[in-house]
Amino acid sequence: MRGRPLLYTSYQADQALLNTTTKKVMLGLLLLVVATIPFQVIPGLDFLGSDDWLRLLSTTAIFVVGALGLNLLTGLAGQVSLGHAFFMGVGAYTAVWLGGPEDAPLLGLGLPIWIWLPAAGIVAALIGVAVGPTAVRVRGLYLAIVTLGLVFIGDYVFRNWDSLSGGAQVGRDFPPLQFRLWKEEEPLIDFTTPGTWFGVEVSGLAKSFFLLVTIAVVFTLLAKNLQRTRVGRAFMSIRDRDIAAEIMGVDEFGYKLLAFGISSFFAGISGALLASFVVRVIPERWDLFLSVQFIAIILIGGAGTVTGAILGSAFVVLLPRLVGDFTQWLQSVALGEGFGSAIANVFVATTPNDFGLVNTFAGIGPGLSVAQLNLVIYGLLIIGFLIFEPLGLYGIWLRIRNYWKGWPFTY
Amino acid sequence: MSGKLLQRRAERSGPKSYEHLLEVKDVHLAFKGVKAIAGVSFHVDDGELFAIIGPNGAGKTSLFNVVNQVYEPQQGDVRWKGESLMGLKPNQTAERGIARTFQNIALFPHMTVIENLLTGRHVRMRTSWLAGSVWLGKAKREEIENREIVEDIIDFLEIEQWRKYPVGLLPYGIQKRVELGRALAMDPELLMLDEPVAGMNLEETEDMARFILDVQDELGIAVLLVEHDMGLVMDIADRILVVDFGKPIAEGTPQSVQHNPNVVKAYLGEEVETV
Ligand SMILES: Nc1ncnc2c1ncn2[C@@H]1O[C@H](COP(=O)(O)OP(=O)(O)O)[C@@H](O)[C@H]1O
Ligand SMILES: [Mg+2]
Repeated sequence: MRGRPLLYTSYQADQALLNTTTKKVMLGLLLLVVATIPFQVIPGLDFLGSDDWLRLLSTTAIFVVGALGLNLLTGLAGQVSLGHAFFMGVGAYTAVWLGGPEDAPLLGLGLPIWIWLPAAGIVAALIGVAVGPTAVRVRGLYLAIVTLGLVFIGDYVFRNWDSLSGGAQVGRDFPPLQFRLWKEEEPLIDFTTPGTWFGVEVSGLAKSFFLLVTIAVVFTLLAKNLQRTRVGRAFMSIRDRDIAAEIMGVDEFGYKLLAFGISSFFAGISGALLASFVVRVIPERWDLFLSVQFIAIILIGGAGTVTGAILGSAFVVLLPRLVGDFTQWLQSVALGEGFGSAIANVFVATTPNDFGLVNTFAGIGPGLSVAQLNLVIYGLLIIGFLIFEPLGLYGIWLRIRNYWKGWPFTY
Repeated sequence: MSGKLLQRRAERSGPKSYEHLLEVKDVHLAFKGVKAIAGVSFHVDDGELFAIIGPNGAGKTSLFNVVNQVYEPQQGDVRWKGESLMGLKPNQTAERGIARTFQNIALFPHMTVIENLLTGRHVRMRTSWLAGSVWLGKAKREEIENREIVEDIIDFLEIEQWRKYPVGLLPYGIQKRVELGRALAMDPELLMLDEPVAGMNLEETEDMARFILDVQDELGIAVLLVEHDMGLVMDIADRILVVDFGKPIAEGTPQSVQHNPNVVKAYLGEEVETV
């Protein structure tokens, strides 16, 4: 017999991650869809299986790992950090030092992924804990400025440490997503080249996609569990009211430091994966813009929620692509005839020196580049969400759900 | 109140090796020359309901902050079971068994009632970040055990219907109760209540008085009560300390304090003036 909806007969059932049938079914469906994406079997969603989209979705998965980390620090513990890109860089360069080829002049020890990937997280976490005591003593805006300093220091070190980074504007190749037991020639599993898995043909991109999504799912579970247990509550209590939290027995300094360390661990893993997936990365990649992207993810997605970190990542990774497509479409309209063309012309430049809000001709003529336009859009969205929807995309999702459910007046 | 918390009372009542549970000795505290506390001493014994009263600005809240080691007094000592608390961090006073509510509610507004109470359990739980994030058997068990304790407290305080709401959304009187619940969740030996009925109507005040007496009687928790409401204090306190301008002016049973001329002058005098 089916019981009353949402009547839990044990606290265990209430506290389970997927405490409603709807959640279980939805998650099952989602996993099924994700698993079939590269095979392009679902009509209407088959475009997601193109190389282009697999790349975007894989990048989203990588960003999810980093965003979950920043969410723990900023969303849960309430410490705004602009230093996330720095810790991602630390992760990436740890990975390349340990996992890069052994031939000089670049640093590299040729070690396998099961060493360089965890190490990327651990080294980032150690540096996080090392600089943490300075950072966690200051609050709010001051913390943002201190962590901003980290990005500039990192930028300087990465650009000038040629044997590690390959040099400014040059960069180097990062260790690929290949699984070796040790330093053998042939990898045991190669996630970058096509092959057959269980009798099915899979492309290299599809393999990386599966690996990265799996990693993102694992980190999502870790973050979600952390959030709903003792340490997660300690983080939130500090965010909500730090002195009261201390009087309740939460060691404010210790937990801020811990939040810094765990967040940096996630960032390090994310940075290493990003570099490995992109293959060749220049040291300028780990700049302030990357940090801002992560702040945007947290704020647009919804601070303090795991779902928000995922939605925000998808949004921020896919936005440039959508903006790019839209600009192209505008250009084609502008080059056409009639009234639409005149309007589009205001917004987009059709020749290098034409006036337009957006100018796709790199570095020349008036107007914003597509990258700058993205930055402006992030900025506007952050402000918009902060003012109108502090819970971000997650809040919008809640509203949609509430519309159907009358939450929280359920029984 | 049901099982789990009462059990703790039995565990606590062993032979004791100290004279007083809490002892505040000649505390002086000044903020940039402004004297907030000028030589206050008192003690609280196990299971006792000790009240501190005095006009606004008398230094009562500051005394709590000294006990919690939020403020560092220029002079004096605070002893817990005979050992000095001086130099500890606030969270260490909580670990020792001192719980507290605040004059201006200091709940965690974005967390639900359950989460607030579970945060009160923080000092009684062990799960580390590592065990928590992999949701190992032990972490899960601890989570469920503590959820049961928290539900006991929710039943006791009659706030079942609010349990899953973010506390920031709840009415004032309910928030006051949740705050008491969070302090109880710490499973303390001393509960410090800073004006628990301030701003409450008569009915809410009576409910709160009942809860406080239950805490003392059934759970055997010592209570250190700061209150502006003279009536409540006279009704429920075992002993009373009266402070004015940071100085103790009388101490004793409700009857003796009530008739003390100093008190009539300082405390009731003010009342008359403000009428
Ligand atoms: N953090 C502080 N900084 C400066 N002065 C303070 C601070 N806390 C309390 N005081 C002062 O100490 C005196 C006692 O305040 P308080 O302890 O809040 O009194 P009560 O709780 O008895 O009303 C007041 O004059 C108040 O202004
Ligand atoms: Mg006060």
